Amino acid sequence: MYGRYLLLAGLLIGFSPVAQAAGDAPKPPTHEWSFNGPFGYYDKAAMQRGYKIYREVCASCHSMKHMYFRNLEALGYNENQIKNIASEYSVQDGPDDEGEMFDRPAKPSDGFPAPFANDKAAAYANDGAVPPDLSLITKARMNGPDYLYALMTGYQEPPHGADVVEGKHWNKYFPGHNISMAPPLSDDLIAYEDGSAQTVEQYSKDLVQFMMYAADPHMEARKKAGFRVILFLLVFAGIMYAVKKKIWAELH
Amino acid sequence: MGSGPREEFDNPVVEWIDSRLPIFTVLNKEYGVFPTPRNFNYFWNFGAISMFMLVTMILTGIFLAMHYTADTKLAFDSVERITRDVNGGWLLRNIHMNGASFFFIAVYIHMFRGLYYGSYKRPRELLWILGVIIFLLMMATAFIGYVLPWGQMSLWGATVITNLFSAIPFVGESIVQLLWGGFAVDNPTLTRFFALHYLLPFVIFAVVFLHVWALHVTGSNNPLGIEPKGPQDTLPFNPYYTYKDIFGLLVFMVVYAAFVFYMPDALGHPDNYIPANPLVTPAHIVPEWYFLPFYAILRAVTFNINLYMIAGLALLFVFIVEFVWRHNPKTLNKGQGALLLIIGGGLALFGIVCDANQGWEIPLTAAESAPISAKLGGVLAMFGSIFMLVILPWLDNHPIRSARFRPYFRIFVILFTASMFILGYAGSQAADKVYWSTCMGEASVCEAIAHGHNAHVEAGHEPTVIEFNNTMLAQAFTGFYFFFFLIALPLLSRFEKGRELPLSIHQAVLDKKHKAGA
Repeated sequence: MYGRYLLLAGLLIGFSPVAQAAGDAPKPPTHEWSFNGPFGYYDKAAMQRGYKIYREVCASCHSMKHMYFRNLEALGYNENQIKNIASEYSVQDGPDDEGEMFDRPAKPSDGFPAPFANDKAAAYANDGAVPPDLSLITKARMNGPDYLYALMTGYQEPPHGADVVEGKHWNKYFPGHNISMAPPLSDDLIAYEDGSAQTVEQYSKDLVQFMMYAADPHMEARKKAGFRVILFLLVFAGIMYAVKKKIWAELH
Repeated sequence: MGSGPREEFDNPVVEWIDSRLPIFTVLNKEYGVFPTPRNFNYFWNFGAISMFMLVTMILTGIFLAMHYTADTKLAFDSVERITRDVNGGWLLRNIHMNGASFFFIAVYIHMFRGLYYGSYKRPRELLWILGVIIFLLMMATAFIGYVLPWGQMSLWGATVITNLFSAIPFVGESIVQLLWGGFAVDNPTLTRFFALHYLLPFVIFAVVFLHVWALHVTGSNNPLGIEPKGPQDTLPFNPYYTYKDIFGLLVFMVVYAAFVFYMPDALGHPDNYIPANPLVTPAHIVPEWYFLPFYAILRAVTFNINLYMIAGLALLFVFIVEFVWRHNPKTLNKGQGALLLIIGGGLALFGIVCDANQGWEIPLTAAESAPISAKLGGVLAMFGSIFMLVILPWLDNHPIRSARFRPYFRIFVILFTASMFILGYAGSQAADKVYWSTCMGEASVCEAIAHGHNAHVEAGHEPTVIEFNNTMLAQAFTGFYFFFFLIALPLLSRFEKGRELPLSIHQAVLDKKHKAGA
């Protein structure tokens, strides 16, 4: 029934709404992530490796507009390292005293530079598909971390009889299975310096750690505070129950 | 209020104020010594809990508004900014967005309490109706608030729901344009929604004041549903119920905190973390969980209501008024009643079958000429479902309040509560979801259909597919919803005898203590 409303809405807006590629995809398998559970934490080494993957692979198409270089502190980098990483990028600033815009090396207070100037440019460069911003990707998908891992490792030869749209790629876990993004990872694609396995599985796990941090930077503080708050509430409730019982006991 | 005789206070400052404006006298009268039935169970905590949630929402909302930007280009990012960079912003936002859900949880339990123990009955009808008004205002506020983060569900939820008003005859389109401030949900919509989202909570606060005022005129109902007969039946509100309310509130807060700190996004939809995009429609547009039963009722009307159905429903309504509602005297005899039932039911059935079979081209059944389109019918059903709550005190006028002493009413209230959960589930699922189906015809064709292939079928050999889908589920339980209010409750109030009521609250409490002691 709401299809009718949507059609009407679409007509009123002046465009036909494009239904999102709807389709069935299996539920991604669940993993034991370090950030799961009430005492969950982010794995700093994995986040650093994940950031390296983002920087060397994902960032060529995907922006992360809510991430700033200063956020890298949470990955375990110190101030100088962050300054060095930032300075490898060039950002536009200005206007200067003469009213001109100018380029300068990025500072920790700058955001991650976006690969494309706008969505039109992104779509033009990617056969019409706009690569989504990744800042919130694990929150913006059902079962985000598991989905991201499944998607990264879910590129397969299409099963017999499956329809693959020209220019798209078959992915077991993408809704509708036809994804515009070519398989981004392959074994030994990125060189790790800490001796971790250079496999698609390991890359994907590391990427999930980094993306989960980007989507939920205060997760560790939140869970720690939650433990204290709930403990306090339970103790307080216990005391109040005792007080209530005492007051009511005198009744007859 | 508080203008009667008052006792002097010992504290000179308190006395100075109180003799000019007797707030201390009023507070003491309404919350200190206020006589409260002594037999409340923990269901009676949810009024205070709802009040706590309202205050929590207003306080966190004010601080969020200091950092929020109501502009379609900036709104999504400003909310992200709050959760990432504003000191304590993640906490404020989690408290506020989960607070909406927990406000509704508290209020739904509060309403269930009222239904189960008959708190809406004389002399508390107005108290109950004020509560329904608060509920309506809460739904409006929550819906508008969900639009503010300007994610995909914000935009498309707003589009679907505001479009409902276009179903209203003659003025519908104008109302929708007024709501939108233009010809689509866009920046003017967002700015006015923000203004209203800031205003409405204070309107709620004002109605809550009236609700509490009315409560303090009639006094509280209680699990036995009998009025206190003297001081032995009541307790002063403080300390007995202040401490019980604090304890109950703390337990509620533990569950609330578990969501705020450990699963803040569990009650939301992932799509709302995708910035709003008018060019891309989400695969499924689902409202927040607390709207789902009413959303299911809205979607249950998939048929146009043509003149035959209106005539049939009118006759059925006369039958209900005459034979279900009216006690006596009867103006119609049984034969006339049966005639009404048969003709009314027949016409309604005929109308609905004709609507489903437009190809028959029977006069007055064309979908376009139906006075009530399916869309308007859905809107009427949804608002009608809430209107049932408004007239509830007159639909159920059984002299016994509490379901404890009305075994049949009790069964129906429990069934009704279960049906609300089922409706909620139906509202969360796609309309065409099939729960059960059977195919009658050639085995090979049925096999092909079951696997989703298009089978080549010769004319005259089409198999018959019978299915039970989500729309039918919603229709069945929407039917039960209205049956419960319009037929079951009036009949029960006429024919249910009920159990013997205890003599007094005090007596019942003592009996219970003796039993426990023995």
